[in-house]
Amino acid sequence: MTLELQGVGRVVEGRVHIHPTDLVLQGGTMNVLLGPTLSGKTSLMRLMAGLDKPSAGRVLWNGQDVTGQRVQDRQVAMVYQQFINYPAMSVYDNIASPLRIAGASKAEIDRRVKAVAEMLKLTPMLTRKPLELSGGQQQRCALARALVKGAELVLLDEPLANLDYKLREELRVEIPKIFEASGAIFVYATTEPEEALLLGGNTATLHQGRITQFGPTPQVYRQPQDALTARVFSDPPMNFLPCQVSGGEIDFGSTRTKAPEGLPNGRYQAGFRANHLSLHGPGLPFACKVKVTEITGSESFLHLDHQGEPWVGLVHGVQDMPPGMDVTVHLDPAYIYLFDTEGRLAAPAPYARAA
Amino acid sequence: MMRVKPSAFVMLAYLIFLLLPIYWLLMMSLKTNTEITSTFTLWPADLTFRNYQTILTDPSWYMGYVNSLIYVGLNTLISITVALPAAYAFSRYRFMGDKHLFFWLLTNRMAPPAVFALPFFQFYSAFGLIDTHIAVALAHCLFNVPLAVWILEGFMRGVPKEIDETAYIDGYSWPRFFVKIFMPLIASGIGVAAFFCFMFSWVELLLARTLTTTDAKPIAAIMTRTVSASGMDWGVLAAAGILTIIPGALVIYFVRNYIAKGFALGRV
Repeated sequence: MTLELQGVGRVVEGRVHIHPTDLVLQGGTMNVLLGPTLSGKTSLMRLMAGLDKPSAGRVLWNGQDVTGQRVQDRQVAMVYQQFINYPAMSVYDNIASPLRIAGASKAEIDRRVKAVAEMLKLTPMLTRKPLELSGGQQQRCALARALVKGAELVLLDEPLANLDYKLREELRVEIPKIFEASGAIFVYATTEPEEALLLGGNTATLHQGRITQFGPTPQVYRQPQDALTARVFSDPPMNFLPCQVSGGEIDFGSTRTKAPEGLPNGRYQAGFRANHLSLHGPGLPFACKVKVTEITGSESFLHLDHQGEPWVGLVHGVQDMPPGMDVTVHLDPAYIYLFDTEGRLAAPAPYARAA
Repeated sequence: MMRVKPSAFVMLAYLIFLLLPIYWLLMMSLKTNTEITSTFTLWPADLTFRNYQTILTDPSWYMGYVNSLIYVGLNTLISITVALPAAYAFSRYRFMGDKHLFFWLLTNRMAPPAVFALPFFQFYSAFGLIDTHIAVALAHCLFNVPLAVWILEGFMRGVPKEIDETAYIDGYSWPRFFVKIFMPLIASGIGVAAFFCFMFSWVELLLARTLTTTDAKPIAAIMTRTVSASGMDWGVLAAAGILTIIPGALVIYFVRNYIAKGFALGRV
């Protein structure tokens, strides 16, 4: 079971929504589309589902060209960010509707609806209308409808974005488990790097309608191919600072460290993630000015200014620093990625290479 | 001493002004002609149902109601049937000239029906449709279809497009989706549109009179019969008036819960 996109692109009224994309998704895998809003996650999903026609390229399903095929014939299931159910029908009828359309027998429908409802803890709500349910239950109803038909391609478009934090955690753990058994291809769109890491599987990072990298999630996270991917796959965004490599050393202006072996001399962008900054050594010291501090429970976000570059640091403990204060932050060189002037990865962070 | 709130007074005055003519009509319909013309009474001195009896037993009278109901019903059915897919197209698709077309539909609503009476008469004569129910029903589509499209479009826009797509993904064909899923969602909109179609068709007189002679004559045209050489039959005319109000009142009663939602024009 494979879904293959061959040079699939979409242009709407002269604006490029999706640049020509090649992508192969295998059966039984969880594939995360990760990108900020407007990066083209939903557009790409709609092309996969057949809801939109690509302006170029072909969509292949198990090797067969399904470009332009009616979505009714495509055996896909989709769950939207908004809780989309049929408000006029009861939860039971909502879940049963794809089976009824497919012409399953009454007993068969009843058995499958009950099984899915049980799995998603909807059994006590079967007689209610979707609008009488809580947000989480409504979305579970939508998930149940996607699940019950046993589709081979399941598209989940930020299914948890509109839920409160507790329910998200709960469903985030449940969803992969629920879908694992079915062996279908899963595509899951999200804006949050953390969610992608929790879901595992493969990740495709998107930026402005282009897939910047596709591969196993931990690999994309640890070894981003370019600065764009690293930026997308970091929350808060990756910090950057220009540097110069010469004579086996990286020169950051104020401080220097050993360069990875075999790296040609020249100008580079160094990148590192917020959680690798610390207030106390060891590591390379950088003098910054505090812009804002945000406290998130036991950790603090420091929004810093490093010689005009905005940096974000995630440090332990409650740090209450007044804006404008001078602070020295430390960075372990093991966490520094080096990108060339074009933004391509020149050297991954040493820690990632070890992993 | 009991104090009367000013707002209650205003409300009372408003209701009196509003209901007095209807009260008077009702009382007249229950009086004899002599009582109507000779004395001034607030309450029928000589209560009679003879006026109603005249109307409800004489086919040339009650067929007027039947005719009106037939063409109004036909018109409502045609208008809604035509307007549903049209409104769906306006709410879901972008096509060439969609905005202009939508506006042009509304302008039809603004033109007085009298403008169309002559060409319609010529046209319908040519097709031998004069004095049929369908002729009036079709003529009334002139102003009812745009109105229904306008109302329904508002309701449909309130339904997220994702519901359509989810249904297609679930395997629904468009007609099945439309009838099974979409129409229940905009049921109140359909109710409101049907109500307006009914009302406008029921009260429209000019086209209905022009296009009918005897077989499909509407009640409002028949009412003119009460003027005769022997004078005016006030009682029967009043009774006919009361009976004309009843269908409208009934329809309003049945859709009253939808109407409130309907004037918000959508937002499901």
